[in-house]
Amino acid sequence: MNNPLQLPFLNFLLKNPLFMASGTFGFGREYAGLYDIEKLGGIVSKGLTLQPRTGNTGIRVWETASGMMNSVGLENPGIEQFIQKELPYMKSLNLVHVINISGSSLNDYISACEKISLEKVDIIELNISCPNIKENNIPFGIKENTTREVVKETRKVITCPLMVKLSPDADDVVRIAQACQEEGADAVSLINTVRSLAIDVRQKRNVFENTYAGLSGPCIKPIALRMVHEVSHNISIPVMGIGGIISAHDVLEFLMAGAQAVQIGTANFINPYIGEKILKDLYNYLEMNSISNIKEIIGII
Amino acid sequence: MAIISYNKPLKNNYYLLKIAGKYQARIGQFFMLKKNCQEMFLSRPMSVYDLEDDGITFLYCVTGKGTAVLAKCRIGDEITINGPYGNGFPTDISGNLALVGGGTGIAPLFYTLKSLQDNPKINKIDVFLGLQKKNVFESDFQKLSHYLEINYGGYITDYIPYQEYNIIFSCGPEIMMRKIEENARNYNIKHYLSLEKRMACGVGACLVCSCQTKNGNARVCKDGPVFLGKDIFYE
Repeated sequence: MNNPLQLPFLNFLLKNPLFMASGTFGFGREYAGLYDIEKLGGIVSKGLTLQPRTGNTGIRVWETASGMMNSVGLENPGIEQFIQKELPYMKSLNLVHVINISGSSLNDYISACEKISLEKVDIIELNISCPNIKENNIPFGIKENTTREVVKETRKVITCPLMVKLSPDADDVVRIAQACQEEGADAVSLINTVRSLAIDVRQKRNVFENTYAGLSGPCIKPIALRMVHEVSHNISIPVMGIGGIISAHDVLEFLMAGAQAVQIGTANFINPYIGEKILKDLYNYLEMNSISNIKEIIGII
Repeated sequence: MAIISYNKPLKNNYYLLKIAGKYQARIGQFFMLKKNCQEMFLSRPMSVYDLEDDGITFLYCVTGKGTAVLAKCRIGDEITINGPYGNGFPTDISGNLALVGGGTGIAPLFYTLKSLQDNPKINKIDVFLGLQKKNVFESDFQKLSHYLEINYGGYITDYIPYQEYNIIFSCGPEIMMRKIEENARNYNIKHYLSLEKRMACGVGACLVCSCQTKNGNARVCKDGPVFLGKDIFYE
C-alpha cells in the first residue's frame, strides 16, 4: 500500500517524518506502554554522557506561558549502562533510532561517540549545547571554533550518520550550521531549548539552582521555525526541525520551512498520545488536500 | 476529555473535584489533570481521594498557579485526565496499619482506607491527620477508621502510638515523614511513604521529578510515588 507520509532522510526510508525528541521520550519504553510507538518515524534517546550523571539538584521544571523550562542536568545512566540495558530495546524497535550524545569536554564527546559507534546505531545526534568546562562553561555550540572542533573530532570516530543538534543561543546559527556541514556532519537538527531565566519574586531568588534553564514548548516555535528556514536555505545537508511542535499544523509549517523531518518534544508531556494524534491528522491533511506524498511540501517557503 | 461533576470549595482553600466516568486505580496511584487554557500548560499530578462507580475524586489545596486554575473549574467543564500512573501503596499487607497524613498529603489516604476496609489480613486501620485548621473532610475518615486522631496546628507525629503498628503508610510534609521513619526504625515498622514532586510527563520519561534514594536516583512518577521510608534520603 502506498504510504503518503513515507519519505527519505539520509540513508533511511522513514515511515513518516515524526521523531520524538531527546529527553522527552526516555528510551521509548515508557510510551510503548501507551500506544504503538513503532508507528513513528523514529525516536531519539535521552541525552547520554560518557559517565553516568545524577543530574541537577533543586527545582527541575517550571511552567511558563505556552511552555516550560527545564534544568534536568542530563541525568542519565552513562554510555556503558545504556548500551547494556537500553540499547537492545531501542534497536529491537521497528523505527529509526537516534542516540543523543553530550559531553563536557572534547575527550568525553570523542570517547562516548567511539563507544556508541561500535554498536552500529542508526544515527548519532550530537548535542553541542552542553557547557564546555575548558571554555568558561560556554556551550560548544555557541562559538564557531568550538563547534568545528567537536564536530571534526567526533566525525573521525563516528561510523554512522552524524546529526548535530544546534543551539538557538548560537552567535550565528546559520554560520554554525555551515561549519557543521564543512566539518562532515550529515544533518543538523534544530533548535535545542532556549536559555532562559525564571525568578521567584516572593523569595527574591532564581527558581533554578543553575540560574538559567532551557525553555521549550509552543512559545519558542516561531523562533525555531525562522531558524529552520534560515538554516535549510543556507546548507545542503538535511535539517530536522524541532521547537514547540504540538500539532500536525506545526509539523507542516516546519516541513514547508525546509525541514525534512521533525522532532516532537514537550508536546509529549501535554498529551502522551500526541505522536499518534499528529500522524492521524497528517494523513487527513494529505488526503483532504490531495497531496500524494508529504515530500511535495518540503521547503516550499 | 472528561466532564467535571463538581468542584466543591471546602474550608481553607481546599477543594474536592469530581470527574465523571469509569476509572480504575490502585491505592496511592495518581492521575495527571489539565484544564485546557492559556494559564495551564503542564498537567498536575493528583492522587486519588476517592473512586466510585460514577467518577473519581481529587482533594487539593490551592497553593499555586495550577491549582488556582483548577479551583475555577465549574460543573460541566471539560478537563483532561490521564492515568492512573505510579506504583501505589502495597496491598499484600497484614496486621495493624496506621495511615498518617499531613495537609493535602491526606488525599491518597482516604481511598486507601476505603479500599483496605475489607482486607481480612488487616486487624485494624488507624488514621492520624495533621492539619493547620478544621476542615470538612475529617468526617469521611471518621466513618471508616478504627481510630482517628486529628491534630490541628501541631505535629501529628507526636500523637502516634508507634508500638501498636507493624505497618505505616504516610503522605505529607517531608519533616513529618522523616519523623515517622525515625520511629519506624526504632519500632521495626514497615513504613511506606508517598512523595510529591513537580512533574511534567508523569510517565517516567522526562526526569524532572527525580529523587535520591539509597538505590540511586528514582523517578517519583514511575518508580514511586510510594517508596520505602528507609530508602529515601531526606533533605
